[in-house]
Amino acid sequence: MRVIAIVKATEDSEAGVMPKEEMLSEMGKFNEELVKAGVMLGGEGLHPSSKGARVSFGGEGERTVIDGPFTETKELIAGFWLLEVRSFDEAVEWMKRCPNPNDEPGAIEIRQVFETEDFGDELTPELREQEERLRAETEQNQ
Amino acid sequence: MKGDDARRAIDAVWRIESARLIAGLARMTGDVGVAEDLAQDALLAALEQWPAAGVPDNPGAWLMTTAKNRAIDRIRHREMATRKEEQLGHEVELQARLAEPDLAAVADDDIGDDLLSLIFTACHPVLSTEARVALTLRLVGSLSTAEIARAFLAKESAVAQRIVRAKRTLAEARVPIEVPGAAEREQRLASVLEVIYAIFNEGYAASAGEDWIRADFCQEAMRLGRILVGLAPREPEALGLVALMELQASRFPARTGADGEAIPLLEQDRARWDFVLIGRGLKGLERAEALGRPLGPYALQAGIAACHARARTPEQTDWERIVAFYDGLAAITGSPVVQLNRAVAVGMAFGPAAGLELLDGLRREPALAGYYLLPAARGELLEWLGREEEAAAEFARAAEMSSNARERELLQARAEGRR
Repeated sequence: MRVIAIVKATEDSEAGVMPKEEMLSEMGKFNEELVKAGVMLGGEGLHPSSKGARVSFGGEGERTVIDGPFTETKELIAGFWLLEVRSFDEAVEWMKRCPNPNDEPGAIEIRQVFETEDFGDELTPELREQEERLRAETEQNQ
Repeated sequence: MKGDDARRAIDAVWRIESARLIAGLARMTGDVGVAEDLAQDALLAALEQWPAAGVPDNPGAWLMTTAKNRAIDRIRHREMATRKEEQLGHEVELQARLAEPDLAAVADDDIGDDLLSLIFTACHPVLSTEARVALTLRLVGSLSTAEIARAFLAKESAVAQRIVRAKRTLAEARVPIEVPGAAEREQRLASVLEVIYAIFNEGYAASAGEDWIRADFCQEAMRLGRILVGLAPREPEALGLVALMELQASRFPARTGADGEAIPLLEQDRARWDFVLIGRGLKGLERAEALGRPLGPYALQAGIAACHARARTPEQTDWERIVAFYDGLAAITGSPVVQLNRAVAVGMAFGPAAGLELLDGLRREPALAGYYLLPAARGELLEWLGREEEAAAEFARAAEMSSNARERELLQARAEGRR
């Protein structure tokens, strides 16, 4: 299963304080461990929300662009890993071993990624229609 | 800590630690069978103690220390004397090696070397492919015998036996637990890659069906491949194999229809392909190419898969590039089946007449006699050329040769112009 481990933003990460060299090297080691265990699919660190933007959707279909920074620091994210693990608990166990990405209290949130089979019947009607169309097209071609 | 929570935590720790634990113990004891037994002992101790005491801060080191203590106990109790060839001298040496610093104190590189040694040992050519697959899944993949048995649709006792025999063979052949030197390395690596791809194909064949346990084998194979690449990042064929598996697996969401029928590559809904895997596969292939050595069979096949992955629509497929990869593959393998695929790719790249000419050349190939895909491919190209009657005859011939009922029905339908 795939999970995303989301590093929550902190005041420092939002202020653009770069991690110390010691932390970088610890994090580098941790990442290497993830790679060597074959669980790491990807991961990135993010610039603070002052460099970000939001597109917000209104009820009538309007779109509004709001530039960062955003104030709800604890709701924001500062980075993520995408992991392929065999159980959710395995992802939790990995993240317990992660060095604290910040010098201050923070959190890493772990969430399971939807995969095709999770959609079950929800996805089927539309897909079936698509496939029937595809089949009709191929039959016409032959 | 509640029993259930502890059990789940132990399970997660075991998934992460067991291969490294077994690898470290195998280096110390020189025997993968003994190493596995000791690791199992440590697991049992964890199951006894952690629910009450909680998971220790460094569970990996705890398991290693416990396993080593068990090893010393065993020596004291002469339990290891069941293996008659193990003389006193061996035991003394073993005790000395077990007195080494804890796993936690061993440099990361050594842990990596231990694990790589274990992989090479479990995949040693002295074992049959079947035995290598079972042993690798057990020792490196940390799957239980029951899980492996279910995946192979085999009896648990049969798989257990296979694993026991494999471990005995390794011990009797006195296979050293080490990363092979330069002279042997290429051949030994090929043996490892063969095992990983066999596991992948086991899952690939099943992934069209309902059987998620077997389909999970593709994940397991990719994980093993990634471990290998993580430990040995400068092997183009290891990179190539992982890229190949990722690119093939990227199509899983699109390869079966609503009724479970297989959808051919060129008819798949490409929007359903897994773009995370495609991204990784393409990047892995680039890394393999960047090493600047000639590409081997896995990297070349990954190159072909990449041509499909890059094409947003079937029409955008770079068939000329695919032909070039097949040229490379044909030169290495000399396989008539590769020649057959190459001929089809030539047909797609340069027109049906060119492909048909190559296919005609293959009709005298003894290895392809009775192979239904040859007439099926000829039928396809003949139909494309508007030679309907000849095409129908080829489809009928292919239907006769096919051993798969569903396939036969499809070919028969085409022979009769029903599709």
